[in-house]
Amino acid sequence: MNRYPIWKNLLVLVVVLTGVLYAAPNLFDQDPAMEVAGTRRANVDQGTVAAVQDALKTAGVEIKSLDFSGTRLLLRFHDPESQLKAKDVLSEALGDNYNQALTLSTDLPGWLRAINAMPMNLGLDLRGGIHVLIDVDMEAAVKQSVERYAGDIRTLMRNEKLRYVTVSKGDVSVSIKFRDATVRDRALDAVSNEFRDLDVTAKDDGDSFLVVAKLGKSVQQEVSKFALEQNITTLRNRVNALGVAEPVIQQQGQRRIVVQLPGVQDPARIKDLLSATATLEYRLEDTEHNIEDAVAGRVPPGARLYRMRDGRPVLLKKRVIVTGDQITNASSGLDQRSGSPAVFVNLDGPGARRMRNVTSDNVGKPMAVVFIETRYEKYQDKDGNTVKRKRKVEEVISIATIQEPFGKRFQTTGLDSTEEAHDLALLLRAGALAAPIEIVEERTIGPSLGADNIEQGFNSVVIGLILVMIFMALYYRTFGLVANMALAINLVLIIAVLSMLQATLTLPGIAGIVLTVGMAVDANVLIFERIREEIRNGNTPQASIHAGYEKALSTITDANITTLIAAAVLFSFGTGPIKGFAITLFIGILSSMFTAIIGTRSVINFIYGGKRLSKLSI
Amino acid sequence: MQLFKLNRAIDFMGMRKFAVALSVTLMLVAIASIATRGMDLGIDFTGGTLIEVGYQQSADLGKVRDALAAAGFQDATAQHFGTTREVLVNLAPRADMSNTELSDQAFSVLKQAAESGIELRRVEFVGPQVGDELTEDGGLAMLYALIGILIYVAVRFEYRFAAGSIIALVHDVLITIGIFSLFQIEFDLPVLAAVLAVIGYSLNDTIVVYDRIRENFRKMRKGTPAEIINTSLNQTLSRTIMTSVTTLLVLGALFVLGGEIIHGFALALIIGVVVGTYSSIYVASAAVLALGISKADMMPVKKEGAEVDASP
Repeated sequence: MNRYPIWKNLLVLVVVLTGVLYAAPNLFDQDPAMEVAGTRRANVDQGTVAAVQDALKTAGVEIKSLDFSGTRLLLRFHDPESQLKAKDVLSEALGDNYNQALTLSTDLPGWLRAINAMPMNLGLDLRGGIHVLIDVDMEAAVKQSVERYAGDIRTLMRNEKLRYVTVSKGDVSVSIKFRDATVRDRALDAVSNEFRDLDVTAKDDGDSFLVVAKLGKSVQQEVSKFALEQNITTLRNRVNALGVAEPVIQQQGQRRIVVQLPGVQDPARIKDLLSATATLEYRLEDTEHNIEDAVAGRVPPGARLYRMRDGRPVLLKKRVIVTGDQITNASSGLDQRSGSPAVFVNLDGPGARRMRNVTSDNVGKPMAVVFIETRYEKYQDKDGNTVKRKRKVEEVISIATIQEPFGKRFQTTGLDSTEEAHDLALLLRAGALAAPIEIVEERTIGPSLGADNIEQGFNSVVIGLILVMIFMALYYRTFGLVANMALAINLVLIIAVLSMLQATLTLPGIAGIVLTVGMAVDANVLIFERIREEIRNGNTPQASIHAGYEKALSTITDANITTLIAAAVLFSFGTGPIKGFAITLFIGILSSMFTAIIGTRSVINFIYGGKRLSKLSI
Repeated sequence: MQLFKLNRAIDFMGMRKFAVALSVTLMLVAIASIATRGMDLGIDFTGGTLIEVGYQQSADLGKVRDALAAAGFQDATAQHFGTTREVLVNLAPRADMSNTELSDQAFSVLKQAAESGIELRRVEFVGPQVGDELTEDGGLAMLYALIGILIYVAVRFEYRFAAGSIIALVHDVLITIGIFSLFQIEFDLPVLAAVLAVIGYSLNDTIVVYDRIRENFRKMRKGTPAEIINTSLNQTLSRTIMTSVTTLLVLGALFVLGGEIIHGFALALIIGVVVGTYSSIYVASAAVLALGISKADMMPVKKEGAEVDASP
């Protein structure tokens, strides 16, 4: 009696070993590290690696190890001081073309990396960093869109020579007032033909006759989606330029964006950067003048010198054709005729008119798109006061030849790949009139508080565990020791699962682990109390063990499922901190059921199974 | 080692009148306190800005307040947080600067006023609309957790048990929140999570007792419902207390060692575990008895009966 089939014992063994293996990376120290990556103008290659080594050697900064993966260079240091010093040294030596991001990196042996074992992610509350929740003003986005339609409708009325009294804008609709019904009916046809995505209806109001064009639900959703994506793209571009390791930029819900930047020290600068604005300008390229002269400083009048994203100089005319706020949409796809990657751009009425005029006169000439970002920077002036200063960053993101005159809708082809088309479309959107954003939540954790949180969390887990273990060993003797073993393995399994899922461990997450430690023994308490009861009822030790496990099972399952329900609800409703707690609680309950029921049984069977017993140590 | 001898059976159900009186009183006090004193809601729910600053020596709160007031932060409150070297400052919104600038400005004011260097330990800014949403989501989460549990217990046991467990849960949550209101302890997001965990824990406890009650109703041939419930409570008593003790041990560790941020969380759970243990014995069981549970309700349905007969 009380023998486990070999497969069950093997299962326990395999689970425990896998758990130990995947939890192992967390034991290794995290080294202060730095990631060097090329910006758009340069790549990291062997030459860069050599330059980095030279620069650090001259400055006397010791490198612990150096990993070069083809595009990225990872440097590990012995202490944070050399990490910080290396950043200063390298930003001087490598210049603007490379980003240096400070991070933490675990120096894992190759065999652990080979099985994809990684340490847990630490949340911002444990490692320090900035968490910002950004709200995109969807009402304003819809309003902007209504304004654009109103402009387009006015243009249409003029072109069709339909005399209207007024064009007025509502929250989600545009209404056009006419003096007589026949003109109104013609206008109704014209508007519904031109704007197929709007719900166009006729309305009589006493003496006046109206056409009401309403933005339906789907159009409004489209506008909102566009506004959100546009802002995410812009934010991602800016964060990438910062050179922060492992940034998180995610949509949350219908209208929010989460930005998380680990280890960033200066919240004021980050917030300024995130609230910068971007726009676009379409300009003709100046091909009549010599670019070398311009680079040498002799820029011809009526032209300006710009740089491409790869750093090449380019001379553009000063006159702007169309600006970003006249772009209503930009998307990437394939050109229907040639099948090559293309970007499709839509302009509003006034923009389309200007574009048509300019392109008609300039077929065969190149036209450029300039991306302009206005950032606010704070700096200390000589009296030590903080001063805000605007800085414009301008860059040419695309140059294409005008094949034929175009207006409202046009496409750009001649792109190398679909990725390039995708990137260009994203940038064009980022530069289109953006829906205003507002920071609605900020949580910054300084590095010292993060370190305190880790230490305090770790201490409470360890002390809590030890207290419970002492208590269990005293109360249930041998069985208590077996339960303690299960408890320790349970902890290893929770850490292993968190590492495998690459879930983020937060302070509430640690609290969840602590709570599971307390509750995990519950299953064993239930079983052991049952065994004691069976013995008191006069059953043999072997039969008591068997009956104890058997009878406690349904109770344990019921009790744990209800807690799982609570954890699942917490997970689906909670944000950040609550989610972290719910995840560890959920994983902890599942793994505790495994260790407390199957795990302890296999050890108990190993100790007592098949033996003649007169007494149990319980 | 054995703490609780079984043969000395305790007449729990005989004491249920006192228990009911105690529970009702506690709940009324809780409701009265929540209604009159309200909750000391943290900025997670109310919205607002706070910064935590670390000083090298213990900080003089008077000076901190003066420095802030001189710079136009008259409404700011400052208090020690954890040790005397950490100061927590609550900032009121100002018309002349955006909410996100507030924390930066306040920190530079404090930095200039400090004799030696200070460091920024934490900034929390929660916009008012985010706070409102959290309050709503938190309430919804609690409601959905209760509904989910109600359904599960009703399906696994019987509707009277489901009702009994919900009564016990409302009792536990109300008293836990009531204590936070009575002593005006700050109620923030981690505390809300703790209250939800209390729901899970208390239910866990209640289910174990119910499980035994159901089993005994089917097994014991003699005895009134009150006697059967009494027996079940006595049988599960040592487990109920053991689990509460182990959980309280780790929660005690968390309360003492977990740091100031986790204090409220640990406290809510400690209160919840104590109240939850009490309620699973007195409230949940007394409730099913009061709802008129009888042997006939607990007999296994036919299909299960056939299986029992078939086994030797």
